[in-house]
Formats: sequence, structure tokens, C-alpha cells
Amino acid sequence: MYSIGIDVGSTTVKVVVLNENHEIISRDYQRHLSKVREKTVEMLSAVKTLVQGQEIRVAITGSAGLGVAQASQIEFVQEVFASAKAVETVYPETSAVIELGGEDAKIIFFEGVMEERMNGSCAGGTGAFIDQMATLLDKSVTELDDLAMNAERIYSIASRCGVFAKTDIQPLLNQGARKEDVAASIFQAVVDQTIAGLAQGRKIKGQVVFLGGPLFFFKALRLRFKETLNLSDDQSIFPENADVFVAIGAALYAEENTEAIRYETLVDRVIHSQSKIEYSSNIKPLFDSEADYQAFISRHNQATVSSRDINTYSGKAYLGVDAGSTTTKLVLMSEAHELLYPYYASNKGNPVVLVQEQLNVIYPLLGDRITIAGASVTGYGEDLIKNAFNFDYGIVETMAHLRAAQFFNPETDFIMDIGGQDMKCFKIANGTIDSIMLNEACSSGCGSFIETFARSLGYQTPEFAKLGLFARNPVDLGSRCTVFMNSSVKQAQKEGASVEDISAGLSISVVKNALYKVIRANSAEDLGHHIVVQGGTFLNDTILRSFETELKTEVIRPAIAGLMGAFGAALVAQELQLEHSTMLSAHDLEGFTHTSQSTTCKLCTNHCSLTINQFGDKRRFISGNRCERPLGIKKAHEPLNMFKYKLDRMRRYDQSKQDESEFKYGTVGIPFGLNMTENLPFWGSFFNTLGCRIVLSRPSNRAMYRLGQYSIPSDTVCYPAKLMHGIVEDLMNQGVTRIFYPCLPYNFDEKNSDNHYNCPVVAYYPELLRANIERLESVEFMEPYFGLHRPEDFKVKAYDYFHERLGCSKEEINAACDAAYAGYEAYRQEIQDVGQAYIQEARERNMPIIVLAGRPYHIDSEINHGIDDLLVSFDLCVITEDAVSHLSEPIRVHVLNQWTYHSRLYHAANYVTTQPDMQLVQLVSFGCGIDAITTDEVRSILQSKGKFYTQLKIDEINNLGAVKIRIRSLLSAVERQKLAIHAQEVNHGRALV
Amino acid sequence: MAELLYDENGRLLFTEEMKENYTILIPQMLPVHFKMMEKCLAKSGFNVETLTNDGREVVDAGLKYVHNDTCYPALLVIGQFMDALESGKYDLNKTALLITQTGGGCRASNYIHLLRKALTKAGLDYIPVVSLNLSGLDKNPGFKLSIKLLISMVFAMVYGDLIVLLANQVRPYELNPGDADRMIVKWEDQLVKQFDHLRNFSNMKFRKNLASITQDFAAIPVTRTKKVRVGIVGEIYIKYSPLGNNNLEDFLLAEGCEPVVPGLIDFIIFKINNRIVDIDVYGGNKWKQRLMLVLQHYVEKRQKELIAAVSKYPDFHAPETFEEISSRVDDYMGRANKMGEGWLLTAEMLDLVSNGIPNIVCAQPFGCLPNHIVGKGMIRAIRNNHPDANIVSIDYDPGATRINQENRIKLMLSTAKKKFAQG
Repeated sequence: MYSIGIDVGSTTVKVVVLNENHEIISRDYQRHLSKVREKTVEMLSAVKTLVQGQEIRVAITGSAGLGVAQASQIEFVQEVFASAKAVETVYPETSAVIELGGEDAKIIFFEGVMEERMNGSCAGGTGAFIDQMATLLDKSVTELDDLAMNAERIYSIASRCGVFAKTDIQPLLNQGARKEDVAASIFQAVVDQTIAGLAQGRKIKGQVVFLGGPLFFFKALRLRFKETLNLSDDQSIFPENADVFVAIGAALYAEENTEAIRYETLVDRVIHSQSKIEYSSNIKPLFDSEADYQAFISRHNQATVSSRDINTYSGKAYLGVDAGSTTTKLVLMSEAHELLYPYYASNKGNPVVLVQEQLNVIYPLLGDRITIAGASVTGYGEDLIKNAFNFDYGIVETMAHLRAAQFFNPETDFIMDIGGQDMKCFKIANGTIDSIMLNEACSSGCGSFIETFARSLGYQTPEFAKLGLFARNPVDLGSRCTVFMNSSVKQAQKEGASVEDISAGLSISVVKNALYKVIRANSAEDLGHHIVVQGGTFLNDTILRSFETELKTEVIRPAIAGLMGAFGAALVAQELQLEHSTMLSAHDLEGFTHTSQSTTCKLCTNHCSLTINQFGDKRRFISGNRCERPLGIKKAHEPLNMFKYKLDRMRRYDQSKQDESEFKYGTVGIPFGLNMTENLPFWGSFFNTLGCRIVLSRPSNRAMYRLGQYSIPSDTVCYPAKLMHGIVEDLMNQGVTRIFYPCLPYNFDEKNSDNHYNCPVVAYYPELLRANIERLESVEFMEPYFGLHRPEDFKVKAYDYFHERLGCSKEEINAACDAAYAGYEAYRQEIQDVGQAYIQEARERNMPIIVLAGRPYHIDSEINHGIDDLLVSFDLCVITEDAVSHLSEPIRVHVLNQWTYHSRLYHAANYVTTQPDMQLVQLVSFGCGIDAITTDEVRSILQSKGKFYTQLKIDEINNLGAVKIRIRSLLSAVERQKLAIHAQEVNHGRALV
Repeated sequence: MAELLYDENGRLLFTEEMKENYTILIPQMLPVHFKMMEKCLAKSGFNVETLTNDGREVVDAGLKYVHNDTCYPALLVIGQFMDALESGKYDLNKTALLITQTGGGCRASNYIHLLRKALTKAGLDYIPVVSLNLSGLDKNPGFKLSIKLLISMVFAMVYGDLIVLLANQVRPYELNPGDADRMIVKWEDQLVKQFDHLRNFSNMKFRKNLASITQDFAAIPVTRTKKVRVGIVGEIYIKYSPLGNNNLEDFLLAEGCEPVVPGLIDFIIFKINNRIVDIDVYGGNKWKQRLMLVLQHYVEKRQKELIAAVSKYPDFHAPETFEEISSRVDDYMGRANKMGEGWLLTAEMLDLVSNGIPNIVCAQPFGCLPNHIVGKGMIRAIRNNHPDANIVSIDYDPGATRINQENRIKLMLSTAKKKFAQG
């Protein structure tokens, strides 16, 4: 009797027929484009001749198979279980299986007791992720694979989730990194994600079987896995039927566990399974009627810019380019603000080529009639384009959009821009930007998400969007990141939602995401009265309608919604009031070439990935740098950077170069991370006085993180915590045999908060390390609980502990404790003094001051990715929150203020509001649950006194493109605020006169 | 509306006048327990109502009023309140809200502040919020808990634990579907009626009740077929609340399993015990410690009475004592690990595994801070010592879909059922 295995995945259906000897009689693999049931029936019909009229055994598996199985009353087997079954039968020697599917990643360990793992809900897809990345590079997935085989280097790309990786890749492309290298880096990110997210403390070794579509199809991915896991050819098995392997497992399972049924019955059941699926939605349709839709269209058609035939115009013209993340927009504008030449296209990974092409089109049209009197550029690719073509001016994109919006409505008080990759919202007051909200890395991918999704369902984006307009029951997809939406869509498909309903649902989700996640608004009042929406995504009527419906208000969508950045840039170019633009002439353009080359900067520990762009043979542009060093520019003054100061000071506790024999109680290794970053002056003084040599973990970097990546049990914990695994490994690699890392639920009591806790992760991470790093069993790992907030009790507890461990006397401990408290106190005082000195010097030099506020461990350059250097490169003075928090009046906050570090944040923010030349920038680690509370509070403290709030979310991502935009927007907003105040004062002065 | 009075920090107080006229709303978590506690509060003159609204509206209200990165229980609890307030069912001028506060280092202690922020955002800042806690935070003139009330709440909690424990052990096997649930209703009614009379709070009556409840449940006709037993541990709200965990218990029942859910008493003792351990570890007021010891012994004693009642019936699995459970965790972490569910969560997993229930769902809100350590962080170590441990960790949040969660649970169940079939 034959057995049939049906594997219904998120994007494909696989059907396999096996005979009694487990030989494959038939196999088939096809994309289902969301039409799961129809495709399954079709594929079952294809094997009709083989099994017609026979009894067979059958089982369904796969992430989208459950619904089909339930509805058709066919046995369901969980897919990982099915894989395991197949591997046990076909490759009994296997010790581990790695399987990547459309959206799932799984590992099965066979050694010892079988253990299966699947990616958590955050880790996102893999196959779908590769699809998305290919779209981003405008390649087919096969081309992507081929490219990757010719890679020369691997960039570090955040491996946690697809959305993060995108944020990393986009700037690389915009900076002109080689596509081969980017492609290979994408596959490496998938590998890292699998290892970090799934292995969770268990090493992958021995014979490994690789399964699933992506591993079957992509040779580059296979190569990356083999290299990363250090597997020989014998140890890595890629079965020839890897793509249908799970279906084989289902068939094997069916053979043993199911009742035989007739083939015809099976087909019949699947055909009739749909009637049992119920689907309902409580979201109203976007339009009730065609007339509704027409009224909506004609209303929006009113917001327009007039066009003018370029062939009849003569005079000055202004060029604006918006080199966005996925698209490049270009506008040539007449002196009367008419559009002479608009252009909008996907930049296919290289904006330089695109702009060059367009200039080649434009120049012949100019004739002698038109002079380009100004050219300016904005967007992600601003620096690159400006340098490539010698544009007159580069403007930060937020300001470009503001200019454009004001053209349509000078009273604009709110702008909402949804582009391919990013969302930007600005509140405007007094004609200047009052606050900026950009989407967090987690919720991005809005416009391009719809694009990718449409493609995966076999539609073009506009066509897909149209489908949603008249959907009767839009799907409720929630408002979280794309990965979650993917699975929500899967669920809706399972329940039988139509493509129309999904299209409408996706649009509504994007809008909800923007409103509730980015802006956190609860009504239109919250936003403003004159709302302008723009960005390519709003050209989609479904999105626009969803937005108005959700806000219950009418907004302005300029007809050139997709070109606003470029239009704004053109307006700014006009404001420059130049006679001639400096941009490359038609003649220069003839000989224009662009090559790029990537390298790693070795001038400091940031190890920036530099891209060296060469234009023609003379001009060169370096991007990817955080500071001026690689550019060869020398600053007149030493930078004022307290992050560096603190870091240097802490590193001095390291005595690894000294001889151990000089110390009475030998060596103690201290991991330099989390609470130790702040408490080192305490423990450093303690152990020094006691007579211990201190060995610190070496300065952390990406390689150190990788070292410990295998033992991270929770993929959603913050990066500083994840880094601890590598930090502890590094200590052991230095030969340290005793490590001290105490659990500290309580912090020092600074008497200005309700309580003085550390967060749970900081408090208990040592216990997690012990439970997950096997190697720690080979050293003396000391993780006692101490309470530093009670000095007298601490003396007693410390004696109990260290007397037993080291044999110290009471006197020695008392002296060490006194020294510890004194050392910590001295350190705190020093930070406050240095802060004052920096502030004074900054004021003498007329430098703006940034309080870069976060947690003490944010000074680690692997954690902050060199944001401090970036700020310093803008000629800013960087000081830390603990240097000024004591200067604030005590304040009452609207949340439970029970964490010491947070209390410093609130007080620093309050102090900043009293200093005109200070701004606060808050660093937030992704996954920091507690900062969900602090960010709102810090924002309200700052904004209540008219200060800007800038938040930088940091994770494994180490590309600073988005950070740069925020900082520049902040500086530019501060500048305009100053001008506005000045103007007001002047007017006021006049009035008095 | 009552006269609005504020404390020196500008916090709106729940006054004695409000006690007379206001309805106090309580969020749902453990339906059986909360129903009885509601009655206890009513006995003390509070007009209380436990909310029953659920569904997507609650989630949406939460998303609207709470920072979306805040943990899911906060979003649900506040969402449930806001949805109820907006429903038009309540006279907003005569409504107050009650929320528990643990006062620990977890962000859960901040729920009450997030709730107040949400009220302000909705223009409802005249609605007072009452904190129910053991730390003496946020005192209110109109909300004082008498010793009598506290004792009756402890009783209600033990009754609740017993009823839920027995119902869980009977429901999967009952011959007449619905018997267990009918028995729950019967006892809820009966116990609630008893709360009318003070004499029913005697220890003797308490033991008698425990015995009768157990006897009644034991009398429900059941089949002898064995089923896979699956433990549920996790962050307290997600662990218990069907709204939080997408009806996890029902799902397990439908999959042919018996859900095993450790009770609430351990959590309460754990919270009391934390205060004793803190003073041991860091030093502090010995008198306060002694007082807490007395309190702990009192609740432990009630727990032992529950265990004694259940142990009389060999067909029932009696829980272990707090002391036994806590001793299991010593090789893994210190008892000072107390934020959130702290060491208790790890101890519960170990307790289940050691008592023949290796199959466990560890449920937590997405990004739950303490669970990084005591949940996900300890699974590897548990497996090292108990190779048969079959634990799946599931994250819950507004965007996570049921299909993903259920698929992962099914994976765990596949292994469980395979082993079960092998005997």
C-alpha cells in the first residue's frame, strides 16, 4: 500500500507518494500563492493515475497544513516531528537537523534525548526573508545565490529578524557596497540567526542534515552553514530530496499511524474541506460604494502642483533629488514651482547609476533655454549623490519634507510620511519641526512589505492595492512588525480570507502601526488640524483611505505624494539663490564612472566598514565612517566625549599585565558589562585593597559577541545581556580560573527615587550564565547576592563570603569594604567634576552640549556602535546623564520611579530643560522592557519645557544611517527654534519701541 | 460624583464617601478565585465587580492607551478597564478601579501608573485607582483591609486553588461532560453564601469545607483512560488568564491532555517569603522578618490542610508543599531571585518534571524580563539534569498569532504523546 505525505507550508505545497519499501514513487513541489486548498487538490489529482481506486495511507503536515487537516479530517503530524521521522529512517547516524522553511527555522538534536526547537515568534522568517532581500536588491533569488558565491567579504548584518537586517543592508547598498558581498552577508545573517535563535546553549556538531527549500536551493547558504559550523563534507548532509523531505516524513508517519482510506475519499475530503472553515472579521469595508470612492478620489485630486512642458520653458530651473532607501525620486522645477521633469523609480540597489541615467535624459532637454541654478539632494543616499555629482547642497530629509508640505499648506502642523522602508512623522509648531518620530527598527518595512507581499501572492503592488478598496471583510492583522503580520496573514488564509480582504487588512495594519506604534496617537486632535500625508506608500488609495478612516478625519495628500522629498529639495535649491549650480555638466557626465570598494577601517576599535567610492579618477568619497579619522581630517581640539573618558577610566582597573605572584589572594576575573560597567570602581577598589589581581574582559567587539552567541537562551533579551556570554568566554580565554560576577537586585540608593532596584536582567544574569555556559563549570564562578545599599550589612555578608572562599580576615575585609565605598564615591564625584569641566570648555568653545543618556553599560562601544564618536564628529560635546543628574531639582514623575539608573535619566532630563545649550538624546537598547516606561516619561519631561526628545534605539545593528538623520534633524530643529525665538524677540522688541 | 481629594503628591484618593457610592472594578485573571474574593470584599462593604469583557476589543483598547512595548498583561489589564469604561455600562462618576501591585523590581509594579496615565489620556482622571498590595504603597482612606477581610481572602484563595486543582484533574476524564464545571458553580455559590456568616471562617469549618469539596469532586464519574499531563507555568497573568494565553487550557483539553496548573497559594507564600529572604541576604529589621514568618506559616498551614484533604483520595494528585517546591531550586539559583515569579517559576518546572509531568508549557509575555532568566534561561540546565524534560516556551503579545503558538505547543505534544505511547 502506498502512503502519501502532504506538506503545506507558508508558501508552498509538497506532495510525496512512497511505496512499501519507502521508495519515492512521485514527488511534487509547488508554490500555492495563498490558494492552499486548490493547490493541494490539483497536486493530488496529478498522482491520480498512480493510486486511482486504491487504498492508501495519508498524513498532512506543515505550518499551514493544520487547517486543511482539521477541515478534511485527515491525520495531522507536526512538521518538526515529521522531519525527525524521516531523518531517523533515512539517516540514522544523524546528530542534528537544521531545517529552514518559508518562515520557520527548526533544529532537531538527536544525540541523547531527542530535542526539537523552533524559532520563537520574533525570529522571523528565513525563506521569506531571503525573498524580501532579493527584492531589495532587485535580483531573483537564484541570482542572489550566484552573486553570493563571489563574495570577498562578509558584512555584519543583524541576524535577529528580517526587518533589522533590512535596516543594515539598505545603507550598505546606498553607500555602494558590492552586491556580491551583501548577498553573502544576507546568507550569513540567516546562519547566525539560526545558531543564535535556536541552538540556545547547545553546540551543533557531528553529522548534520540540512533540510527545507532554502537550503535545497541556495548553494551559498549551504556554504555559509558549513563554514560557520566548521563541518566537513562528510558531516554535512544535503539530501537530494531536501525540499520534500518533510512530506516524506509525513508519509512515513502515515504508514505507521493512520487508517487506510481510498484515494477518491481523500481527494473528496480535501475538495469539500472549505465549507467547514469559518472566517469572520469585524472591520468595516473601506468604501461602501463606487460613488464613495469617486468622491474620495476627486477630493484628493485637488492637492496638486502644476506641470509645465520642459520643451517650452526657458529660464532657471532647480533640481531636487531624494535618494531614498528603496526608491530614487527626482524633480526638476521651474522658477514658478512648476514641475518640468518628475521621476520616480525603484533604485535597484544603486542610486548613482539611476541619477546618472536621468541626468543624461535631462541635459539634452535643457537646450540653451534652461539653466540649472541649484541642485540639492536629500535622503539616505544624500552624501553619495552629493559627492558623486557635485550637488550644491545636501539637506536632511526631514527638513526637505517639511519644506514641501509647507508649499501645499503653510499652516501644516503635522506631516506623516510612509516610504518604502521608513516612517517619519513630524509635528510642526511655529513653522519649525517641533518633534520628530521615526519608526523603530521593529515596525519598519511598511511600504516595501506590501510590495513584497503582493509579489509573493503573484500581484503587482498597484493591482494588489486596488483589490483591497472594495474588500467586504478586511482581515484584522494587528499592528506589530512584519514578521507577525506574515503569520497573521497565514492564519487568515487558513480561515479562508480572500486576497481582497488580505490586501485591505494589510493596509489597515500599516496605518495602525504608524498611528499606534510610531506616533502613539489616540485621535486626530493629537496629531494636528492640518495633516499632510506623503511618501510613496500613500499613493496607495487603500492606505490613504485606511488612514482617514482610522483617524476619522480628512487629510491632504499632494498629487506628488511620492515626490515630496525631491520637491522639497528643489525648493531648497531655489532658496540658495545661486546663478549656476556646481553640479557636473553634460560634458563631465560623459566621462563619469563610479566604482566602489569596501574595506575595514583599522584606526580604532569601532572597525567601521568603509565603502570607498571612486568617481572618475580624481574624486573619492568614503562612507560608513563614524568619525573623521579615515578621512584624514585633523581637529583643532581634542573631542569632548565623556563616553570615551569613562571607558578609558574603567579599563585602567585591568591588571592583566601585572605578575600574579605580587598579589596575596591571586587573580579575580571581572566581566566588564551590565552592572559591572558602573560598579567597577567599587569592586576594583575592593579587590585591590584585599590583594587580588584584577583581570578585566578585553574591550568587546562583534567577534567577542559571536564567541558567546551559542549559549544565549533567550533571543529577545537586550544586546548588552547577550554580549555577556562572549565577555565571560573571553575571560576564560585569558586563562582566568576565578570569575567574580555578583547578583545585585538592589543598586546603590541615591535617595531620589521610590526604590533603587536594578532591572531583572541586570540583577540575575550571572545565574543565567551559570545555567547556560557549560565551560563555567571548569572555573570558580562566584555569583553571590550582595546588597551594596546597606554598607554595614555588606561588611558582614562580604566577610562571610570571602572568608570562606579566599580565607581573608575580618580586618582585611573591613578595609576592602571601606576602600570600595570610598572608591565608588570618588568615581561618582569625578564624573560630576569632569562633566562640569567639559560643559565649561564646551561653552567657551561655543559647542552645543548633548547629554547622551542611557544605562552605564551603554558606554561599551560594541553596544553603542560608536554613536558617541558620531556625535563628536558633528562638533558636539558629549556628556553622560550621571554627570548632571545631581544638578536637578528633585522631581515627581508619573511612574513608579524604582530603578536607580532610571531616576538618573529623569533628573538629567529635568536639568537639561533648564540649560538652553543642552539637548538630551536617549539611548535605548532594543528589548529593554523597562524603557517602554522611561521613554514616555523622559519625553514628557523634556517636551513640557519646550525641549526636543530624541531617542536612539540600539541593537546588534551597527549601521548609523538612521542615527545620523535623527541627529541632524535634531540639530537643524534646534537651529530653527533658535531663529524663531530670535525673530520673536526682535518683533517683540519692535513692538516695545 | 464624590468630592475628589488628593494626597500631597497629587494622587487621587479613594475616600470613605466613595466606598459608600462607588462601584470598584477588578480585572479578570482567575475566574474562580476572583469571584470569591469579590464576595469577600463585598462583605466588607465594598461594591465590587470583576470584569468579564474580553476579545479583540480589550486588546485594541490596550493598544490605544498603553505604550505598545509594555508587557502584554499590562496591555490587557488596562485594555480591559478602558474597554469597560467606554462600554457605557458604568456610571463613570461613580466608578473606581482596583489593581494589584507587587512592589517588586519588575515593571509589573508600574501597571498602576500606566493605568493612571491611560485614564488621563482618555480624560477620565477623576476615576480613582486603588492599589491592592502588601508593601503599603499608595494608601487610601476609603480602602482599608481589616484582618478579618485578609483572612477571608486567604480562605477564598485556598478554596479557589482546591476547586481549580480538582476540576482540572476531573474534567478531562468526566463521563458526563460539564460535571466538573457544574461542581465548580455549586461550590462557588455555596462558599459565597457561607461568607455571609462570620462563624464560617473558623478553622474547623475551613477543613470541613476542604473535605466536602474534595469528596464531591471525587464522586464525579470518570473514565479510567490515562491522558498526557501537561504543566502550565509562566508569568502569573499569562499563566492563568484565558484572555492572556489564548485559552491555553481549553486547547490542551481539546488535544486530549490534562492541563496541570500550579496554584496561586505558592505565589502568595513566595511573595511573603521574599521579604524574609531579603532580610537574610541584605540585612534589615528582624521584627519585620518575624512578622512575615508568622504570616508565611499561617498561609503554609492552610496549604498543608489543602494537601491533606486531597491526599485522602489516591486518584487525585496532591500538590507539594511550598517547602518541598522551594527546595528543588537550590542547585539553580538563589532564593533572593524574586522579581516577577522569580525562583518559583523554575521551581515549579522542576516540581512538575520530578513528579512525572515532564511536558510543560512555559508561558510569558513577549520580552518578559524576569522570564529571560527564570524561564527560558533555566530550561537548558533543567534538561541537563532531567533529560526527559519536554518544555516549550511560548511568547504572548497582541501580534502573536494563535496558529504559531499552537504549532509550537503541538510539537511539544508530539514528543509527549510519543513517549506516552511507549509507556
